[in-house]
Parts: sequence; structure tokens; C-alpha cells
Amino acid sequence: MTQSHLQIAARARRFNRPTEDPLWLKALLGSVAIGFIAILLLLPLALVFKEAFAQGAAPFLAAIAEPDTLAAVKLSLTAAAIAVPLNTVFGIAAAWSIAKFDFPGKTFLVTLIDLPFSVSPVVSGLIYVLVFGMNGWFGPALADYNVRILFALPGIVLATMFVTFPFVARELIPLMMDQGRSEEEAAATLGASGFSTFLRVTLPNIKWGLLYGILLCNARALGEFGAVSVVSGHIRGATNTMPLHVELLYNSYDYVGAFTVAALLAMLALITLALKSFLEWRYADELAASHRH
Amino acid sequence: MSATGLKLSIPRSRHVLPGFRLSLGLTLFYLTSIVLIPLLALVIRPIELGFDGFWASISTPRVLAALRLSFGMALVAAVIDSVFGFIIAWVLVRYRFPGKALLDAVIDLPFALPTAVAGIALSTLYAPNGWIGSILAEYGIRIAYTPWGVLVAMTFIGLPFTVRTLQPVLSELGLEIEEAAATLGATRLQTIARVVLPMLMPAILTGAAMAFARGVGEYGSIIFIAGNIPAVSEIAPLLIVTKLEQYDYAGAAAIGVVMLAASFVMLLALNGLQSWAAKRR
Repeated sequence: MTQSHLQIAARARRFNRPTEDPLWLKALLGSVAIGFIAILLLLPLALVFKEAFAQGAAPFLAAIAEPDTLAAVKLSLTAAAIAVPLNTVFGIAAAWSIAKFDFPGKTFLVTLIDLPFSVSPVVSGLIYVLVFGMNGWFGPALADYNVRILFALPGIVLATMFVTFPFVARELIPLMMDQGRSEEEAAATLGASGFSTFLRVTLPNIKWGLLYGILLCNARALGEFGAVSVVSGHIRGATNTMPLHVELLYNSYDYVGAFTVAALLAMLALITLALKSFLEWRYADELAASHRH
Repeated sequence: MSATGLKLSIPRSRHVLPGFRLSLGLTLFYLTSIVLIPLLALVIRPIELGFDGFWASISTPRVLAALRLSFGMALVAAVIDSVFGFIIAWVLVRYRFPGKALLDAVIDLPFALPTAVAGIALSTLYAPNGWIGSILAEYGIRIAYTPWGVLVAMTFIGLPFTVRTLQPVLSELGLEIEEAAATLGATRLQTIARVVLPMLMPAILTGAAMAFARGVGEYGSIIFIAGNIPAVSEIAPLLIVTKLEQYDYAGAAAIGVVMLAASFVMLLALNGLQSWAAKRR
């Protein structure tokens, strides 16, 4: 093709597509978008790893091996190991009742399930202080029986459950509503029990959506700061979760230690993002249509 | 089976599927004990103050300044996030370039990154000796430990909401409408301003409202960078924590109720926006 042919072809293409932005605009908007994301999102992420390894790998590893850090990791994993399965069971139950049956007040119930997402993390912790604190509803009675909720594992688990409450449910509800109830009804008319209907018919249909919900729930459970901060009492080595330990180390000017724990949490966030993107790409049809927040 | 026989059998077994009572019962029990009863404790608590006491505790200059800062900066952050969220969504939906999938995945970073991690990273980045802070310091601009630090953190935390609400709407928006506008003689700018933007308006407002709501309640990513100077860079959620540490439960609950009321209003506004958007489709 000659030069003029190319020019004509290029011009023709331009005429055919009035919706195509000119190259200079593409370059401009593209650099604005990439620049904004790089400065606002990527720079902080890079800084976390840079600061964690500021003095090389040895202090990084030593900071991880600190008994208080290990205790924080253990506490975070324990709290998530309790909160995530409970919220998963709740999410499945809520989705089953809402998607497979008709009853009045359904929309209102869905709004209530979403409610924790619009409550400030600090308020999410505050409400448990008002229920279980010494000045709270059950605080004095619990103190009489020597039961500790606040400033102990149960309080941390409750606050974590509250903030991660909607994740599994809000992924499963739209997904199971889309899938309808005919397959389960067929199984039921053929004599399958409720449990085996769920296990063999529903679960295979929702497994990727369920995994997606659990993934997001788990990430938030391990990373929650505000709500847990209010109920934990910040007892070093005892009621400090990983995010709280980051704050404690940072405020005591142990920057390598703070950014080391932060780097562990950032790695968890990156793994979560990678798995999430993979699920969205590979199983797009089997996730709720509304998976884009 | 005759038609009447079918009709008769329906009321007897309205639910073919089992587990309705069990699943709904479990849902309601769990929802009530984890969410509703604790929230009730919050709403009831300020009653002991009485109306005058409630008003007195939230109308102190320090509380008012904190509420103004949280709501005001969240609004500015929502506007910034909407503008850049629109550009980012446009670039991600309309353009093809290498590394696009990666850029798309990175948008969710503020969702995935624990807020305390974001907080110390932003604080270090914008501190006078940080990567960005040192450059700005040469021009006499200070971000960290001022109200502008609050804005940076809120912008960070709100960006995914605006991008993720716009993206699906923008990709569903067919090119035909823009082509029609072009054939009718509209310039590109006119098409964007008078055809595309009005159609995207519900999504833009929804994303902005979500970013605003998140910014108002945000705590972890802000407290490190804000400096927390009372009445200057102290946000409302932090004031709740401070009041709790002073065992002023009712005072903490009073601010909590104001913030909860604000999130209720936002939730209602969002529902309204969504039904508006659904009608326009």
C-alpha cells in the first residue's frame, strides 16, 4: 500500500467512527487516569514495601518474629476463622430464604442486611461498647459472672462480624434470585431431601459466587481497624489484631516494625485482589450481575 | 389432574422447597442479635441526656467543627472522585491499551487494603520529609497534619465507588446514541455534554453518594495523616473514640446517632437514585 492509500484509509476510518476520540484526547485522558491512579493508589502501596525493607530483609524478618507481632497475627486469624464461617452460614440462609421464597417485607429485609455497610466503623464498635461495656446494658451483669466480652476475643469477633455481615449475603442474594427456583423444585418433586437438594443442586450453581463473597468477607475481617479498635482495649500481645498492631508500632516510632506488619496485610490485599480479578474474569457468568459494587 | 385439582393443591403446599422457616428464622435471629439490638442500644443511649442535653453535647464548638470537617471534606472528596472516576471509567471502558486489566484491578486497592495500612502509608508519603510531601514543601504546601490530609485520605478511600458504579453503565451505553448525535450535526463536546453526561448522571450521583458516605464514616486511613488537632483536623469518628476513652458513653452515642442518621439519609437517597436510574433505563 502506498502512503496515500494509508492516508485515505486512516481518514476513512476517522470518518466512520465519530465516537472514537482523537489521539491527543486519548493520550491526555489516558495519562490523567494512569497518573491519578499511580499517585493516589500505587505510590502508597510501593511505599509500604519500601519502608518495610528500608533496612534490608533481616530487620523485616526479625519484626515478623516478634512475639507481639505473632500474637497479633494469631488473634486476627482466630477472629476471622470465627466470624467468616458464621457470616457464610448466615449469608447462605438469608439468600435461601430471600431468593427461594416469597414473603412480605423482603425488600426491607435486604436493606437491613446491607445496613452495616453504611455505618461508620467507629459506630460499629461503639454499639457493642454500649451493649457490653461497664456503663452498658449487660456490662455489670456480665462482670458479676466474670464473663469478658469487651477488650477480649468475643468483642473483637462481634465487631468483625458486624462490619463483614453483608458480604456473603449480598453476593448470593442477587445470584440466587437470578437462578430462580425451578431446579430446586424439580429436585424436591423427585424426592430429594432439603439438604441434598442444597448440596447437589444449589451449591454447584453458586459455588463461585459463594467463594467470591467469602474472599471479600475474609479480607475485610483480617483488615478491619476502626470497629475493632473501639472494642479491643489495645492490650499489647493479647487483644491487638494485626491492623491495631500496625497503629501501635507506628505510634511508638517503630517504623520498620509497623511497615513490616503493614506489608503482610498489603500482601494479603494483593492476593485478594488477584483472586477477585481472576474470579471476575473466569467465572463472570456465575457471579452476581451486580458484582461491580 | 384437572385444573381445579391443581388449584386446590397450591394452597396446601405453598412452598415446594423445604427450609423456609429454618433459613428465615436463622436470618432474622442473626440479624436481630448482631445488627439490630446493638444499633438500638446506640439510638436509645442519648435519651438519658434529654433533648437539651443531647443538643448541648453535639453543639459544642469542638463537635460541630468535627462534624463540619467530616461532612465538608467528604463532599469535596466525593466531587474529586467523581471527576477522576469519570475519566478513569471512560479510559477503562473506551480505550484499549496494554496493561489495562492490571489498571482495572488496581482500582479496588482501597477496598482491599486495610485502612490502617493506607493510613500510615499516606501519612508517610505526605509528611514534610515524605516522597510527595517534600516536593510540596518546596512550594510551601503542607498536606499531612492539616485538614488537607483528611481530604487526601477520603479521596483515596472513595475512588473505587465512583469508578465501579460508572463502569458497567458506561459499557452498556451503546455507541449508537453518540453516532446519532454526531450525524445530526452535534460536535463531540456537545454529544458528551448533552447526550452522554445526562444519561450517566444517575450513576455519577450514586457513585458520589457512596464515596461521600464512606468518607464521612472513615476512620483508619484518616487519623494518621490528619494530625487530629481539635477543631482543626479532628474528624467526627475520632471524637467518638475520644469521648469513649473519657467514659462519656452518652456523648459518644450522641455523635454516633447523628452519623447514623446521616447514613440513613444517604441510604434513602441512594435507594431513590437507584429507582430513578431504573426508570430512566
